[in-house]
Amino acid sequence: MKVRILVSFKDSVLDPQGQTVKNALHTLGYGAVRDVRQGKVFEIDLAGVSRAEAETIVPEISDKVLANPIIEKFAWQIIEE
Amino acid sequence: MIDQNILDNHNLTRGEFDLIVRLIGREPNLTELGVFSAMWSEHCSYKSSKFYLKQLPTKGSNVVQGPGENAGIIDIGDGQVIVFKIESHNHPSFIEPFQGAATGVGGILRDIFTMGARPIAILDSLRFGPLTSPKNRAIMDGVISGISSYGNSIGVPTVGGEVYFDDCYTLNPLVNVFCLGLADKDKIFYAKTGGAGNAVLYVGSKTGRDGIHGATMASAEFGKETEHKRPNVQVGDPFKEKLLLEACLEVMEHDLIVGIQDMGAAGLTCSTAEMPAKSGTGLEIDLDKVPQREEGMSPYEILLSESQERMLIVALPEKVKAVREVFAKWDLDAVEIGKVIDGGQMKVRFHGEIVVDVPVSAVVDLCPVYQRPVAPPSEPAPASRRVHPVPDDVGRVLLELLSSPTIADKEWVFRQYDHMVQTNTMLLPGADAAVLRIKDSKKALAVTLDGNSLTTQLDPRTGGRIAVAEACRNLACVGARPIGVTNCLNFGNPEKPEVMRQFKEVVEGLSEACRAFGIPVTGGNVSFYNDTEGASIHPTPVLGIVGLLKDIDKVVTPGFKSAGDTVVLLGENKEELSGSEYFKVHFKDESGPPPAIDLAREKAVQETCLAAAEAGLLRSAHDISEGGLAVCAAESGFFSDDGLGCELDLDDGIRVDALIFGETQSRILVTLKPSNVEELLHLAGLNGVKAQIVGKVGGDALRIRQKGRDVVTVPVKTAFEAWKEAIPRYFAIHL
Amino acid sequence: MKFGIVAFPGSNCDFDTFYAFHDVMNQPTVWLWHKDHSLKDVDCVVLPGGFSYGDYLRSGAIARFSPLMQEVLEFAAEGGLVLGICNGFQVLLELGLLPGAMLRNKHLKFLCQFVTIRLENAKTRFTHKGRTGQVLRIPIAHFDGNYFAPPETLEEIEANGQVVFRYTDAEGRLTERANVNGSLHGIAGLTNKNGNVMGMMPHPERAAETLLGSADGRVILESLMSRF
Repeated sequence: MKVRILVSFKDSVLDPQGQTVKNALHTLGYGAVRDVRQGKVFEIDLAGVSRAEAETIVPEISDKVLANPIIEKFAWQIIEE
Repeated sequence: MIDQNILDNHNLTRGEFDLIVRLIGREPNLTELGVFSAMWSEHCSYKSSKFYLKQLPTKGSNVVQGPGENAGIIDIGDGQVIVFKIESHNHPSFIEPFQGAATGVGGILRDIFTMGARPIAILDSLRFGPLTSPKNRAIMDGVISGISSYGNSIGVPTVGGEVYFDDCYTLNPLVNVFCLGLADKDKIFYAKTGGAGNAVLYVGSKTGRDGIHGATMASAEFGKETEHKRPNVQVGDPFKEKLLLEACLEVMEHDLIVGIQDMGAAGLTCSTAEMPAKSGTGLEIDLDKVPQREEGMSPYEILLSESQERMLIVALPEKVKAVREVFAKWDLDAVEIGKVIDGGQMKVRFHGEIVVDVPVSAVVDLCPVYQRPVAPPSEPAPASRRVHPVPDDVGRVLLELLSSPTIADKEWVFRQYDHMVQTNTMLLPGADAAVLRIKDSKKALAVTLDGNSLTTQLDPRTGGRIAVAEACRNLACVGARPIGVTNCLNFGNPEKPEVMRQFKEVVEGLSEACRAFGIPVTGGNVSFYNDTEGASIHPTPVLGIVGLLKDIDKVVTPGFKSAGDTVVLLGENKEELSGSEYFKVHFKDESGPPPAIDLAREKAVQETCLAAAEAGLLRSAHDISEGGLAVCAAESGFFSDDGLGCELDLDDGIRVDALIFGETQSRILVTLKPSNVEELLHLAGLNGVKAQIVGKVGGDALRIRQKGRDVVTVPVKTAFEAWKEAIPRYFAIHL
Repeated sequence: MKFGIVAFPGSNCDFDTFYAFHDVMNQPTVWLWHKDHSLKDVDCVVLPGGFSYGDYLRSGAIARFSPLMQEVLEFAAEGGLVLGICNGFQVLLELGLLPGAMLRNKHLKFLCQFVTIRLENAKTRFTHKGRTGQVLRIPIAHFDGNYFAPPETLEEIEANGQVVFRYTDAEGRLTERANVNGSLHGIAGLTNKNGNVMGMMPHPERAAETLLGSADGRVILESLMSRF
């Protein structure tokens, strides 16, 4: 099973990378861009794992390793059964 | 069948192909052709440059290893040697500035630590097009981030270098990376195999389809089942390299290996051919055992991949286990992929079949050497036909020069580099030369990179001499005597007779100057084909010269030290204006002859500075180069702790702009306590050098008078801001 | 005092830190390898700077899972002295031994330069040889040194006097310009509540010899070496 995990800054944390991209887009004339938040994507291939087990494992590794809960949040989805 | 199209794609001529057929006694298969094409490329074979490079002086009593190995080696006494080299990564840095520059750093580091030396310093010579263009800014930003990312991570300080800007580099930036290593003299390792039966081990990253030249075009011939893509950009992994560095130094420390070579250009091919060629043996490897990152790779691809962070090691069979254990400690695999054989053949197996079977000597040593057509010798450059009036306000011109990117402060660049790790850096980047103490000794090493391509463009031979003279002068300013040279020669297409003429004359100029200074050239790199859309870059030799200071307490720095110190000018002011940064920036004039250079006089000036430094007379010393005397004096104030100004009174009856902005060679501005002046003048007299008291340190302005008339009065603060803010302005981030 | 210098794969200030304690300050100093399970009876564990595991995930994020760090957690819980410098500080944050997290520097560039920091609390085990308000000149070299903590955490560490160093100008004033990486409250170094664990972004081992431009880092080294 393949899962995709998105890690990004919590809304309360300033994201200078995202801000810089936003400013660059404004400079290029994309005035409609209201905000940019930058994050990281992990694609993880899990072997011999059921959907229910994934529900436990993925949040656990996201919380413990992939994201730092003080500054980051995560979201995930199954992209391939 | 090998047809003309395949040869063209491999950059091989029909004549070269016929020679290959004669050497191996049959027509090569495509994989073998790939092997020859890589090893006979200009980059690996030096076929166009070899003839001229022979004249460079390479001998010296302190030379342990001259050209021909991964890097040169110079003895510095007390059982220690330095290992150093410079390499270009120009083309990759244009295609992908970040990874191109990063892998350039990775490659030169491997050249140093394969020889058993711990890398202790990196310097870079960078050339970009004008910062007014967003594309040039993006290239510069990417290159600097790439160097920073790789060097910082691996923990080797980037202690200095140079950054120049000129239109000619717009489509062809130059990224030349120099690395210096330190080793014990009895722990040097070479690329050798020892006798037949020794094990060949592959260590480091897995092999992927990175940077395979010419592989794609002939795809119909092989691996039909594979999806062939454009060659991938090589991606650096500094963390892997750090592990490789520590593991390699550890197996060397415990004497577990016979020989080692990194897989740089031409990858596995190069190390598999060169190691036995240097040892008079052969080598047999099995490609199925080579760790691979991608599936379905053909033998051609595996052999020619330029994946980074890989090494080939030869060890005695009984030591293999111990070697593996050390690599395992560092979480790396050492995989046995073959063995050393008698008979001088390079044999490569793939899926049980021999896919390459050629003599290593043919691949490595028998590439033809070309003496390419050279345009007739250059006439002395005509004097500039344009007449430029002396500007009314030279003070304003000074500010213009200080804020021109080539002269402006480079802190924006070097503060992105960790220049202090390893705790040896005594002078921060920006000084005339970087100075590194050697722990547990009284000695220090000084390193500088230098090359003014405007002078070489106007007069290649004089420019070549000036490059050496100025690099040595930089060392003299910190109190170090030059001990060894490496050079990176960046030129256009060598098939153009005009470019070959520039090359020939620059090399002759370098040779003369190195002989005059008595310093050996221990290696270097030639980068040809720096042409884009038919236009060549200026001929750009970059000299990397290492100097030795016997006593770290005698290091001299460029900044003024205290008010009341006397300012002395060593050397003579002449009316030489063309070829200067001033003419280029203020009048957009890049014509006429560059300043003249008299190597004997140059040596005498440097000897005076060195003798004064060694006698402890000097408070500061700074070389007069781009921007002339005025910029030199201003910078000496910027480098002082408290923004000291100075007052200079000059008597020369030459044009005021020549006096303060001219780039007449062989001049150093020094300061010293008034009580030491007499001794300095005496030393200068002994060396036959003109030395004149020109003023004193103090105040908060830079004041220059000519024959009693005020010509420049600029507050140090104003000048400092112009110099400091120029480059960051181009890269401002607004959050 | 016996010091232990931790080496992770990718550490690169480990030799410098060892040299500063062992050769410059003449202290008994040993290496601690990340795969070890013993702290070799040291009195103080030092986590040096560098790029542990390449810092590819987040600075310090992977190093915290190494076997030795379990020992360090126990050691710290029992009151043992732990100093984290730069990447070592980031590891301590990831381990949870210190509160907060590091973000990328405000101008998104790696920064290597001398900075001036003000000593906020000279009553700690790490700083008692200095005096509160003293300004020290010590180099930084990092990409992720922009200290962040939620408001309630900041309030707590300020109230407890856990903030040990702040980026200031040479006169000790907090300014936007002096706060080079954008840290909240200009925080350059802090301790845990018990005062036995400290992390700091500036590198005291790079400022232990006047030869290299400053010896101000000795305030920290000498505080650790002598009785509190």
